[in-house]
Amino acid sequence: MSNGADTSLPARPRLAPGVRLHFDKARNDWVLLAPERIIEIEGPAQEILRRCDGSRTLDQVIDELAALYTAERAIIAADVTDMLAELVAKRLLV
Amino acid sequence: MTPSAPLGLLAELTHRCPLACPYCSNPLALVDRNDELDTETWVRVFHEAAEMGVLQVHLSGGEPAARRDLTDLVAAAHDSGLYTNLITSAIGLDPQRLARLKAAGLDHVQLSIQDLDAASADRIAGYRGAHDRKLAFARAVTGLDLAFTLNAVVHRANIARVADFAELALTLGAGRVEIAHTQYYGWALRNRAALMPTRDQVTAAMETVERIRPLYANRLAIDLVTPDYYARRPKACMGGWARRTLNVTPAGRVLPCHAAETIPGLEFWSVRDHALADIWAMSPAFNAFRGTDWMQEPCRSCARRDLDFGGCRCQALAIAGDAAAIDPACELSPHHATLLAYAEQDSTPADFAYFHRGRAAPAPA
Ligand code: SF4
Ligand code: SF4
Repeated sequence: MSNGADTSLPARPRLAPGVRLHFDKARNDWVLLAPERIIEIEGPAQEILRRCDGSRTLDQVIDELAALYTAERAIIAADVTDMLAELVAKRLLV
Repeated sequence: MTPSAPLGLLAELTHRCPLACPYCSNPLALVDRNDELDTETWVRVFHEAAEMGVLQVHLSGGEPAARRDLTDLVAAAHDSGLYTNLITSAIGLDPQRLARLKAAGLDHVQLSIQDLDAASADRIAGYRGAHDRKLAFARAVTGLDLAFTLNAVVHRANIARVADFAELALTLGAGRVEIAHTQYYGWALRNRAALMPTRDQVTAAMETVERIRPLYANRLAIDLVTPDYYARRPKACMGGWARRTLNVTPAGRVLPCHAAETIPGLEFWSVRDHALADIWAMSPAFNAFRGTDWMQEPCRSCARRDLDFGGCRCQALAIAGDAAAIDPACELSPHHATLLAYAEQDSTPADFAYFHRGRAAPAPA
């Protein structure tokens, strides 16, 4: 189950070495640039990822997102942890 | 109609290289140092590339470290907003220089390795001591927390060790290993008889990769460049001609793929004379095989034509004698049997000598 305290997630998530969040001007899109890979990023995911800078804790990221979208924290927490877990599995986030 | 923008730029900064790998995809006629683009021109090319929508630049060669201005070039590419990938043999990059590249914004390093055992690796590279320097370099890369891919080009002499390459990559701290079956262009085509593995060797290597991939899940990405000669369908060469990437030679000519200059009659434009965006949209070489209008049968009416784009134009030329023909790697090609016959014939000799690029031809065995 996903929740804000999921232990498999890094305490202060950050993009893995060699992974960068980049605004693609030509296509008007956010992308994650990684070795030999380009991954398109949807709007809300970009808000999550740009907070994964290694300085914020997972809880802080969730708090900020909940405030940004004035949404219930539990729902945001589930979305954030799901997404981050997927990125950890792909080794895009550490 | 303007074509959609490319995503990647392969910048062949130089053809100079201390190594002399027999599978090198550089052309037989190497660009001379005096004909290389200067720093300023490369800086302009990187800016233009980023402006037109390129996201990633692959700094390659030859050995890019042979360029004394490599740090400035990395900085310029990075400042343009490009993701910078350095494709290197490690020779010429000590830890201090590597640290400066990182400070300049380098995002990723791809290191080539020739074999597991130093004597064999150095023999393939034609450079004594190369292997040990590569291992030391790999440690410097991970020590700097740089993202790192180990690249192994496989051929008859090392194809039995694909699993060992993956394990070595993991041990060295790579996040990714690329098992690249030799592509027969340039020096590799010249060396085909010394490089070609047997069908059984290729099958075993492909099965090994499938078997070990799940074992490394979450720890190491294993990417594969598939072999053509024993294939039933071709690769989508370059993701389709003039669709996703462009390639700038050391002299500034802009190619749809690194072997495109082997195709006679194509008109290439140079970054010395034209803006990169104009070359992409308007140069005759890019438009020659863009899209599907140029296709002959059976590709023209094939359901896979938007998946593989009829395969590789350079291979069609090399084997079928016509760059607009179906890639002979496809079993629907009338030349497929020829390709297979070349492979079978070339994979048999036990004795072989490499033509090392840029060096004297080997004595007959
Ligand atoms: S393949 Fe070998 S010889 Fe060719 S550029 Fe790379 S390291 Fe140099
Ligand atoms: S016929 Fe042409 S398009 Fe169809 S699979 Fe073969 S090479 Fe690809």
